[in-house]
Amino acid sequence: MTKKYSNTKATLAMAKASFRSILRSPSAVVFSLAFPLIFILVFGFIGGGGVSVDVGVDKGSDSQNPIYQALKSSKIVHLVEDETESEMKSNLDKGRIDAIINIQKQATRPPFIVNVRYTKASLEKGNIVKSVLNNILYEANRTPDAPPPVAELRESTVEARVYKTIDFILPGQLGFSLLSSGVFGTAFVFLSLRMTLVIKRFFATPVKRYSIVLGEAIARIVFSLLGALFIILIGYYFFGFTLIHGFVTVLEMLFLSALGLIVFMGFGFVVSGIAKNESSVPPIANIITLPQFLLSGTFFSITAFPTWLQPISRALPLTYLNDALRQVAFEGATLMDVSHQVLILLIWGIIIYAVAVKTFKWE
Amino acid sequence: MSKAIITVENLIKKYDSFTAVNNISFEVFEGEIFGLLGPNGAGKTTTLEIMETLRDKTSGKVIIHDFDLDKSPDAIKHIIGVQLQAAGYYPNLNLSELIELFSGLYGISVQPMELLAKVALTDKAKARYKELSGGQKQRFSIATTLINQPKIIFLDEPTTGLDPQARRNLWDLILEIRNAGTTIVLTTHYMDEAEVLCDRVAFIDAGKIIGIDTPDKFIDNLVASGFERKKQVKQANLEDVFINLTGKEWRED
Repeated sequence: MTKKYSNTKATLAMAKASFRSILRSPSAVVFSLAFPLIFILVFGFIGGGGVSVDVGVDKGSDSQNPIYQALKSSKIVHLVEDETESEMKSNLDKGRIDAIINIQKQATRPPFIVNVRYTKASLEKGNIVKSVLNNILYEANRTPDAPPPVAELRESTVEARVYKTIDFILPGQLGFSLLSSGVFGTAFVFLSLRMTLVIKRFFATPVKRYSIVLGEAIARIVFSLLGALFIILIGYYFFGFTLIHGFVTVLEMLFLSALGLIVFMGFGFVVSGIAKNESSVPPIANIITLPQFLLSGTFFSITAFPTWLQPISRALPLTYLNDALRQVAFEGATLMDVSHQVLILLIWGIIIYAVAVKTFKWE
Repeated sequence: MSKAIITVENLIKKYDSFTAVNNISFEVFEGEIFGLLGPNGAGKTTTLEIMETLRDKTSGKVIIHDFDLDKSPDAIKHIIGVQLQAAGYYPNLNLSELIELFSGLYGISVQPMELLAKVALTDKAKARYKELSGGQKQRFSIATTLINQPKIIFLDEPTTGLDPQARRNLWDLILEIRNAGTTIVLTTHYMDEAEVLCDRVAFIDAGKIIGIDTPDKFIDNLVASGFERKKQVKQANLEDVFINLTGKEWRED
């Protein structure tokens, strides 16, 4: 042996081989890219790229004021002005319009009074109208000749930002893509390498066990992060996905993605150890992925679930990955701000890798 | 007599109550082709895999090229090449990529085409392993054992399942490798193959070695003992020695 044996070189050779193999494996590409993109596409079009609310303008309303002008120029608010008072009232009752406003000018201070009627038929969108109005009044009250701002109008900017469907769907899809790639991908690869004696053949070379695992992990992480980046960019450029701090937000999302993927790969190692053959991988892997797919806020916020179900949701790792991704992307949270979610993911990681060490089989 | 490159002494391998290898000792000389012969389940593969560092032994001593298996298995891995019975290769990679992977695992750099040329597979460099024919698969397997320019290669039933042409083609390859200076240890169920290839053979049955010698010597001894074939073609062939020694005509695995 003239040269010293390099474990790094062996690990990188593994990573390169594995990465090539993943790229050529149809299921990996479908699960990691096509699947989430289809969901994003579907929901992106359903959501129409953003929320909009219909606000009826009362016939007696004053239109020569800054508040009306601001509403008119808002992209979220669609003003309905061509309906009679009774039509408007009936549409409000049915929730076809989300609110009716009536702005009155008066001689005393404040110079304008904004009367808003909401409807129980569309409470959620009413809340959007409310926050848009709060925002507009806040801006209006800031002008020097207007009266001092009223306390309850002080809405934070975050609350008034448009929360688009994509802002909810994309992190959920990204999280789920990482979950399936981590669990299914890892489980299939290690099971098939074991069953076809590829690993045994590797053991006849000087390669260390950790090099095999690490090489596989590096390949999967690189592949999944490229996939995540692709999904984020498609979301950003085609569906207006919100990235508050731009590039920094992308990096933070990728960091969270890598962390989530490493935890999910732990599940994959466990599945590969438990499964007897390739056909027993999907049922076992589905037991892990399906509940998280449904209960971890991939499609709906977990607050929409009945209260008895919520504790289950709050026990699942994907819930925390999704939550952290959304907070970082939409609310501009830093990684420190989501340290609670990161901590829970880390705890999951420790537990699952402890189980993986017990159940993983080399031969 | 030439120098021993492998020394196995009192090797025992037990699985719970079953003894797969029962106190065997033998030597393999540098530059020879050494055959391990015996019925299925006799302990050939187990013995091979212990020497290949792939399986723990229960007791005994194994020295390979002056390296003690107990002390320096990693050093042994560097100087041996291994072909497993029915092993697959990393999925979705072509032959030259597989060679690249293995050379990475050995920490050396190899020209995949040069290696493939040795086994006449250059035109299959971009093919996947599973697309190869049986004979091509075995030739590729043997190519992967040569990546690290080993002193010794281990071949476990290299010709099983091949047609006669592919088998003879592989014999030529094995002889070429030996003529280039590599010691070869192989197992086979074909006595004609052992007779053509092996300088010496060991018969193993029920975990014990029941004879080690050159094929010629075995045959001569059997003939000298008064053995006669029912149908006279030749006095005897090695297959007769096999059946005579093990005393069993057919065994299921």
